Amino acid sequence: MMASIPDPAQQASAADGIRSNDIVFEAKNVTKRYDMGEVTVDALRGVNLSLRASEFIVLLGPSGSGKSTLLNILGGLDVPTSGTVTYRGRDLSGADDATRTAYRRNNVGFVFQFYNLIPSLTARENVALVTEIVRDPMPPQEALRIVGLGDRMNHFPAQLSGGEQQRVAIARAISKRPEVLLCDEPTGALDISTGVVVLEAIERINRELGTATAVITHNAAVASIADRVVQLSDGLIVADRSNPVKTAARDLTW
Amino acid sequence: MQALDRKLFRDLWRIKGQALAISMVIAVGVLMLIAYLSNFNSLQSTRDAYYERQRFGHVFATLKRAPLSLGNRISAIPGVAQAETRVVFDVALDVEGLAEPATGRLVSIPERQREIVNDVVLVRGRYIEPGRSDEAIISLGFADANRLEPGDTVGAILNGRRRDLEVVGVGLSPEYVYTIRPGEMIPDNARFGVFWMGRRALGAAFDMEGGFNDVSLLLRPGTQVEGVIQELDELLRPYGGWGAIPRDLQLSHWSVQNELNGIRVAGVIIPIVFLGVAAFLLHVVLHRIVAVQREQIATLKALGYQRLSIALHYTYWALAISLTGTLIGTVCGALLGRGMLSMYNDFFRFPVLEYRLDPVVVAGAVVLGIVAAVFGARTSVRRAVRLQPAEAMRPEPPAKYSASLVERLGLRRLLSQPARIILRNIERQPVRSAITIGGIALSLAVLIVGMFAVDSLDLMMDMQFRVSQRQDLQLTFTEPISPDGIYSLQRLPGVMMAEPVLSVPVRLRSGQRSRQLSIMGLPHLPQLFRVIDVETLSPADLSHDGVVLAERLAHVLDVGPGDSITAEVLIGSRPVREIAITSTVRQHMGLAAYMNIDAVRRLLHHDKTLSGGYLTVDSQALPELFRAIKETPAIAGSGLKAAALKSFQETFAANLGIMIFFNVLFASIIAFGVVYNAARVSLAERSRELASLRVMGFTRQEISAILLGELGILALLALPLGLLLGYALTSLLTKAMETELYALPFSVVPSTYAVCALTILGATVVSGLIVRRKLDRLDLLEVLKAKE
Repeated sequence: MMASIPDPAQQASAADGIRSNDIVFEAKNVTKRYDMGEVTVDALRGVNLSLRASEFIVLLGPSGSGKSTLLNILGGLDVPTSGTVTYRGRDLSGADDATRTAYRRNNVGFVFQFYNLIPSLTARENVALVTEIVRDPMPPQEALRIVGLGDRMNHFPAQLSGGEQQRVAIARAISKRPEVLLCDEPTGALDISTGVVVLEAIERINRELGTATAVITHNAAVASIADRVVQLSDGLIVADRSNPVKTAARDLTW
Repeated sequence: MQALDRKLFRDLWRIKGQALAISMVIAVGVLMLIAYLSNFNSLQSTRDAYYERQRFGHVFATLKRAPLSLGNRISAIPGVAQAETRVVFDVALDVEGLAEPATGRLVSIPERQREIVNDVVLVRGRYIEPGRSDEAIISLGFADANRLEPGDTVGAILNGRRRDLEVVGVGLSPEYVYTIRPGEMIPDNARFGVFWMGRRALGAAFDMEGGFNDVSLLLRPGTQVEGVIQELDELLRPYGGWGAIPRDLQLSHWSVQNELNGIRVAGVIIPIVFLGVAAFLLHVVLHRIVAVQREQIATLKALGYQRLSIALHYTYWALAISLTGTLIGTVCGALLGRGMLSMYNDFFRFPVLEYRLDPVVVAGAVVLGIVAAVFGARTSVRRAVRLQPAEAMRPEPPAKYSASLVERLGLRRLLSQPARIILRNIERQPVRSAITIGGIALSLAVLIVGMFAVDSLDLMMDMQFRVSQRQDLQLTFTEPISPDGIYSLQRLPGVMMAEPVLSVPVRLRSGQRSRQLSIMGLPHLPQLFRVIDVETLSPADLSHDGVVLAERLAHVLDVGPGDSITAEVLIGSRPVREIAITSTVRQHMGLAAYMNIDAVRRLLHHDKTLSGGYLTVDSQALPELFRAIKETPAIAGSGLKAAALKSFQETFAANLGIMIFFNVLFASIIAFGVVYNAARVSLAERSRELASLRVMGFTRQEISAILLGELGILALLALPLGLLLGYALTSLLTKAMETELYALPFSVVPSTYAVCALTILGATVVSGLIVRRKLDRLDLLEVLKAKE
């Protein structure tokens, strides 16, 4: 169903393999507090986490546990209230908007639960939205072929199913050849069979492009496809375990 | 094309109705700007080129009679490039097909054509031939109005003798771009014409061989006009000079200049109002767009789009709408401007009135369009830029509502649930409600400003022709005659009543300020030509020896009641007197001074003290009366009030109709733009809520009532505000357009307010109904399924 990944990507994968133990992200004592008028919410209360190159981690936890906040901070969408976050040794926690924008533009691919496609643009144009602004992107058609949508490129979001829309979002995220792929509940709005197709795409990108990947989910079954599972609860990491035997996404059931 | 630009075009296409409504408001503003200012440019450049080519004079003087040899001394005044001495007389004309006598201004021109000051342009026919004393070139307006062509003849009474003048040519002169009989307010082409005739012919007819009674000067560039006038006055004083005037005060030039000033003011103020409204509308629509697209904005930011790209993206929205409007407005403005210019052909006579659209004007329109767009987009763009992506990914929290003021006042029980929804909505978004109210109010104000001219002119006409002047006919003698002459006027056939008038040219002086005009001597209780204050409607007191000044004249001279003023009489023995100012009187037009006729007579020291009369006439006897007048050489001219009124209506009524049409159209465009956008935005924001109500069993009528009821309340609130705003804007505009000669009276009759208000309500209802159709098609399932 999916096209094979072309050569340049494999070269990138090989290059990544050399430094597979390199730390991409490092979060130290990260807290995040939201002032919501009369109440304050402590979304993160001192989180320590690192992510290595080519690593596939799953962040698991109930809603409100702080997973999305952590992911947003790692992705440069938000800044911590205290603590530090570094990306390849560069400090993100104190970076200004322009720096974080440049960081997102060049290094991070995002996938959201609700796809967040621009409804007025076709699948190909949604991907082009990214390829137009980054150095050395892959052609939008190629990114869409990787996620198995080579034949749906000229469809508008409203003409695509949920799973297809999410795969467009993934194509959009990987088209810039990011070093990290951050996915926030990518299957949250999907049924099992479409969810599996989406996870297969993510899995494959991690495996074949060597993109460090963090996937947020509240679905424990999804955790078995990761190298490592980090569990959050109430703003704290309560478990961090390796998963030596990965399950293939297509074998998942929930 | 960049993906972001594609998004822009597709998003705009989706809201095309709203976008177009705003574009149209901008288009109207730009249209006005282009039409007015291009007319300003066209008239000005045409006029300047015409003046230059035909050597229009810089200084004009009239005198009793001076020997031709004085011409050399006038030419010798430093700064004078050319001095043209002329013979100019007003005479009565007998035109075939015109019952009443017309007035002809005979102006001498050289027998052999040469370059003269105020040179005549021949439109048809030929120049006069030397030695043919009865040939005349006549002014184009008069020729057209009376269907006169070269070869026709016109009867004229020259110095007491009736002559048949042969029309050999039809022409125009820069001196008579605006051809109006002195002392009248409306041009009457059929009854006043200029006749250019040979110098010798006129000299012989008026005992002016070897003399002249009029002079025009062309000055060298950079010459001080005041100094030349002073020297000219010195030279002419012994010869009965009336005092020279600069070009600025020359009647035709002055009228054209006033019109130019008027259209420039209108061309700036009115477009600003329209573009202001458009900026508000852009604000409302973009505010909504940014709210709807907050997740898209967050996504773009997450993807790494910079603040600048986001800011530009939303600025382009406004610019695309604005520049579309600017484009439409420029094209339509150029078309309308062309039409407007041809309308000016009815008032101003130029050989060629060429339409000219200055690129600077277009550039100005584009700049204004961009300013409106940027101004309208400002806050929404800032919101989009400041949006925190992490925050925007979460759905917007439910809007905060509270009990409305009406409910807090304890009236809650009186309100149904839908009524509460309406009131809470209006209160929850005070800024947007205010903008909607303001926009509708502005559209009403614009309409009132447009319609006010009709009421204002009506009032002016009413004051002039019904309240102040109650005569049917006004007669002017070629020269003042003995006061007994009033009895011969009374004896003319059909005359019921005759009232004397003595008009004396004077220069009124107070300190450094002075003006030349005629003091009108009237009986102390005039019955026909009455001096009425337009505010109090009471007649001025003419029983004293003092002078009554039109308030505007008092203002020009910086004097008031109780002051005294120096009057230099410009005829006869030229006495100079200090005269007390009895009172001032408010009048719509003119710089006039009135005195008791006996007091003026005492001023003059001579016995020829009747310059004309005001008559009431039995209309049955009019033909007979006109025949008698035509046979009376002493009568230079007559003015029939009914004819003047008719000519006014013919000239203005058609133009006024066109003006009203456009005003209603333009004001409706604003009203429609405001209401339609307000309704569409509400509909978009609340379709979910309204769909939920439908699911719960509310009928279409009921949910329409909620949405449109809100608009209805806002429109009703806007009406009083719009009336006030219209009132304020009208008085501002009358002030801005006030000139030395006239001030449009500030008058709007209640029925006009009512018609304007109903027009705006109509536009509101129409836009409401269009939105209502959308509401009826609301897809319940689709709306409720979508997350927002």
